[in-house]
Amino acid sequence: MEKRKLVMVGNGMAGVRTIEEILKINKDLFDITIFGKEPYPNYNRIQLSNVLQGEATWDEIIMNGWNWYKDHHIQLHAGESVIKIDVEQKRVYSDRGRVVEYDELILATGSLPFILPIPGVDKQGVIGFRDIQDCKTMIEAAKHYKKAVVIGAGLLGLEAASGLVKLGMQVDVVHLMSHIMEKQLDATAAQMLQKELEAQGINFLLEKETVAILGDECVKGLRFKDGTEIEADLVVMAAGIVPNVRLAKESGIYVNRGIIVNDYLETNIPNVYAVGECTEHREIVYGLVAPLYEQAKVLAENLCGIREKRYEGSVVGTQLKVSGVDLFSAGEIYENQTTKAIKVHNEWNGVYKKVLIRDRRIVGIVLYGDTKDSTRLFRMMTQKQDISDMAEIVFLQAPGQEASGNNVAAMPDDEVICGCNGVTKGTIASAIQTHNLTTVEQVGACTNAGRSCGRCKSLIAHLLEHTLGDAFYQTAQKETLCACTDLSSGELVAEIREKGLTSIKEIMNVLGWKTEEGCSKCRPALNYFLGVLYPEYEDDRDSRLVNEKMHANIQKDGTYSVVPRMYGGVTTASDLRKIADVAEKYNVPLVKLTGGQRIALFGIKKEDLPNVWADLEIPSGYAYGKTLRTVKTCVGAQFCRYGTQDSMSLGIELEKRFERLDTPNKVKMGVSACPRNCAEAGIKDVGIVGVDGGWEIYVGGNGGTDLRAADLLCKVKTEEEVFDIVGAYLQYYRETAKYLERTSKWIERVGLDHVKEVLCDEEKRKELNERLYRTLARYEDPWKKAIEDETIRHRYYTKRSIVVNTK
Amino acid sequence: MNKTVTRVLVAKYDELPVRVGQAIKIGEHEIALFRLSNGDVRALENKSPHPKGGVLSEGLVSGEYVFCPLYDWKISLIDGKVQEPDQGQVKTYQVEIDGDHVYIVF
Repeated sequence: MEKRKLVMVGNGMAGVRTIEEILKINKDLFDITIFGKEPYPNYNRIQLSNVLQGEATWDEIIMNGWNWYKDHHIQLHAGESVIKIDVEQKRVYSDRGRVVEYDELILATGSLPFILPIPGVDKQGVIGFRDIQDCKTMIEAAKHYKKAVVIGAGLLGLEAASGLVKLGMQVDVVHLMSHIMEKQLDATAAQMLQKELEAQGINFLLEKETVAILGDECVKGLRFKDGTEIEADLVVMAAGIVPNVRLAKESGIYVNRGIIVNDYLETNIPNVYAVGECTEHREIVYGLVAPLYEQAKVLAENLCGIREKRYEGSVVGTQLKVSGVDLFSAGEIYENQTTKAIKVHNEWNGVYKKVLIRDRRIVGIVLYGDTKDSTRLFRMMTQKQDISDMAEIVFLQAPGQEASGNNVAAMPDDEVICGCNGVTKGTIASAIQTHNLTTVEQVGACTNAGRSCGRCKSLIAHLLEHTLGDAFYQTAQKETLCACTDLSSGELVAEIREKGLTSIKEIMNVLGWKTEEGCSKCRPALNYFLGVLYPEYEDDRDSRLVNEKMHANIQKDGTYSVVPRMYGGVTTASDLRKIADVAEKYNVPLVKLTGGQRIALFGIKKEDLPNVWADLEIPSGYAYGKTLRTVKTCVGAQFCRYGTQDSMSLGIELEKRFERLDTPNKVKMGVSACPRNCAEAGIKDVGIVGVDGGWEIYVGGNGGTDLRAADLLCKVKTEEEVFDIVGAYLQYYRETAKYLERTSKWIERVGLDHVKEVLCDEEKRKELNERLYRTLARYEDPWKKAIEDETIRHRYYTKRSIVVNTK
Repeated sequence: MNKTVTRVLVAKYDELPVRVGQAIKIGEHEIALFRLSNGDVRALENKSPHPKGGVLSEGLVSGEYVFCPLYDWKISLIDGKVQEPDQGQVKTYQVEIDGDHVYIVF
């Protein structure tokens, strides 16, 4: 049978989803042609704000790459718009003069930013926030300009504003109403959100009506109705979106606000359908992805001849994608005479929850600060569950008794996990079992769950864990080091040891590496493993990443920062003078105190590094290394009236003993002289706290990405015992952790009790310390070496400048 | 009109370290020069294709690729193409080796 010709105008999320659904039902039914006005394959528009905020890359948001079109024999005309439809002859005409015939036509033209009808909107620097181009314009603008104004404090506007702040711009958000996101939030939640966003650096101008955009060719500012003006180099119009209906309208297709469709997504013209943001269904235009995907499914079935399910409209929930903000809202927002509200407003920890009830049923939800109940409440709302016997609020309950919203085991099978794609727990669980899925990405590829806004990914991971049980842990541990090998980190070390391999090259040859010389993941790791296994190993400097190779921290402009050693955070007038002299001599643009109690010089050119080091005459502080960074100390008994121990001396000695040692990841230490703990030893990899008659040793703390309080390892009486325990602890960490695993993760993986057991064994402790001190003997100050060794300077710290004669 | 070809001497082959990029400035051109393990010498514009920019000369060199030192993108030293999953293109320069002399050809 000959294939029917299917043409789609629009290459966005709703349209391409329709095609995906069609291909799932029958991939041989249609010859498919897609026109997309943007020169890109289908990407995840929702995630644009994440790209803007620096949390995703361009490539991460591509949903169907060029190859997908090729693999499915879809003719894609990207960067080409359809300008005319002849519904009589069943043909479309593109702006490049292409004419394509169709049997069935889908309009998926999406929407356009609503541009205020005021003078000046055509000036350069006035944009919407809709596509990749807008995003690129904003990123580019942030490089050259200071001041951005976003008009509209709805979802889109706030996401754009947050992104622009992250890009370093000064941002004003102008809003017509008296509180922000008034369509999704009541005044209380809106104020909480506004406060949070203000703390992130966004400035709000509420109840301001923009009447003109000022400037000549380029935008210079805005004028409001009250006569006031503000400056602006960039104006983002985020006052709303309007369905893109022009093409449909001009082609005689019935249009109101959007393209009118029935429950089968059919327009008034035979063989012409519409889907997504450009449609109007039962007088509603949707702008969120979940309903559009529901439409896509119904339309796909319809086109494949299955007219079972109708699209009957959707109830939608909203989330805001701004980091540090957790909010959810759905249904009705404002109380009136027919509703009763249950409200919890916990100012103590910034949580606000409101549920609106009518006739014993939930009709609206607003959650701020804690949204883990959102799926459960949303389900109760959509299923119109009677809540009369469950409405209760718990006050200051003891921990652990609260019913957890994340408890996947307790969820019913029909509970929706991925709201964007409408994927239930049951669907995911059965997909995991039938297709032997083991990762969140595989679940996404198979069911679409987690592929849109991505907020449900942690739930999917829980579900994987719950469904697979032990099998999950087995696969989780089979993580290979990188794509160059099939071996895991543990297997590799065992192989290297067993076969007595002594160089990176040898490892790659013997263990069948898939790449010629490895990659930026395995080379540093192998270099590290060899260094641990063989105390006399000669380091392969060129297998280290830039900072460790250069012994300085690279900055985004290619310059470096230099942090001289300052043992225990204690310095002298003479060292300070040298640092000051260097700062002046080399015009150092930034001199800053670091979090580790020392001084950093930023903005030093690569070729100046050896000279700077020579002038400083202070050893490297290794602020760039996977090694001991600093030992932070408090003043202690030498001066402080509370100090019970000499924390400074102990800290200095610890830093001198263990500096330069290669460890799986950076190691930070702290020594406090009393339990007031001014050196914050409780969040260090190794923290020592002086108490009357001895020292407490804490381990596994972390003050960074994975905030974790340290665990008490043991209590000792003398400083010698501190060195003995800390040395053995460090060596055991070096030998058993995965490369790049911080102590906080490592200790949770191997268990505190296990580490205690090892370190209690005097014999083992002695062996560990022996191996450690043999290794420590191989290090020397890298800065001094660079100053003295011409070859090193030539290899790493030269920049040749060649003058070209132009005749 | 004749196209003029300029050859600029940039280094002595023996002095070029293997697998360690060298930063070179020729007039307005910022170039990263790499001598590979297989003996070839390759030149790229010394600018990361990542939207945030940065240099390439200090990146880790592996076979015929360099890893951007700031954002870890894998870039071909042969044609300057950024490898999947990232995308982009770095300008390449033609290199000529004549005895012990290494030239960039414009």
